[in-house]
Amino acid sequence: MKTQIREMLAQYASLPSAAGLDDDADLYAAGMSSHGSVQLMLALEDTFDVEFPDNLLNRKSFSTIAIIEQTVNQLVAGKEAA
Amino acid sequence: MDMQLPLLDRLFAAGLLIDTGVDGLYGRSGAFEDVITRFEAVIDGLGGVDKPETIRFPPGMNRAHFEGSGYMKSFPQLAGTIHSFCGCELDHVSLLTCMEEGKDWTGQQQATDIVLTPAACYPLYPTIAKRGALPAGGGLFDLQSYCFRHEPSKEPTRMQLFRMREYVRMGKPTDVVAFRQDWMERGTKLMESVGLPVEIDVANDPFFGRAGKMYKNNQRNQNLKFELLIPVNANAGPTACMSFNYHQDHFGKTWGLTTDDGETAHTACVGFGLERIALALFKHHGLDVNAWPSHVRKTLWG
Repeated sequence: MKTQIREMLAQYASLPSAAGLDDDADLYAAGMSSHGSVQLMLALEDTFDVEFPDNLLNRKSFSTIAIIEQTVNQLVAGKEAA
Repeated sequence: MDMQLPLLDRLFAAGLLIDTGVDGLYGRSGAFEDVITRFEAVIDGLGGVDKPETIRFPPGMNRAHFEGSGYMKSFPQLAGTIHSFCGCELDHVSLLTCMEEGKDWTGQQQATDIVLTPAACYPLYPTIAKRGALPAGGGLFDLQSYCFRHEPSKEPTRMQLFRMREYVRMGKPTDVVAFRQDWMERGTKLMESVGLPVEIDVANDPFFGRAGKMYKNNQRNQNLKFELLIPVNANAGPTACMSFNYHQDHFGKTWGLTTDDGETAHTACVGFGLERIALALFKHHGLDVNAWPSHVRKTLWG
């Protein structure tokens, strides 16, 4: 999934450098804007057919590739369990 | 006067505001305007010592600047664009026919190069960026404009066309944050000097849609916006009469604003909702300014 997230970061969050970023690199420090993170959030919801609950709609949830993957995995698992 | 009537009706009855038939679009009486003029003079007394550059823009802004500001990403529901008739004589005949028949004639109107100003500082950033890098120490500006937000409401504090007085600071992060902090203290003292009860709280702008929820959470988590709140409307939360906003490098990046050493400038603004402040004064001290407490009258009229 991480490769896919990196591609989405480049496409939706205007972060072409994502391919070379570590899993734990701070995406905001790498240049992701607030608007970029919102675009990424909407694209992740669309791609993985999940909905981020209000308590996850914050900067931290989209701050690193590892956190994004972990969050999306949890949302997908929650959906399957439901 | 019947105190049970809603504030808006009492303001109409007293002639302070004048009904136009559209919620949020009101005329103002001389007495209402005088309160705003006097309050602005008190603001001048506080803010003038910092020697800001005063600029007044009309309530319409360059559409290209509006588009560049990103306002439509965040608040499409509030924006107002100016459209005009741009057709030929035949189009004019068809427009008049539509009007006569009570059909929609507005679809033929075309967008002009002007958009209604959504906040007094919006035209400022591209204007200052065009000058080149900020001077050493950054910039400080004094603005006031009628602003438009499409949010019709029966609450007199939520007007569609209202005046916003602003000070805007541009420069290094530490300087603009200090400016904002300073005005939170000044604003509190200012309102206390005219007998208004205040509280300051962290706030968020009315960002649109699901994406807006994320913007709201981010804004709150980073303490980017504070509001000075005063109770005005019955059965509702207190009204934001001032706001203190730290934009970080948002406008600096958007417009290429730089400090004298070439860094992206940070910006902050402090805004006064002038009609809201006048309404708070009328609510708390009564609709007759001559009967206001003497210390309040002294602060405003000397």
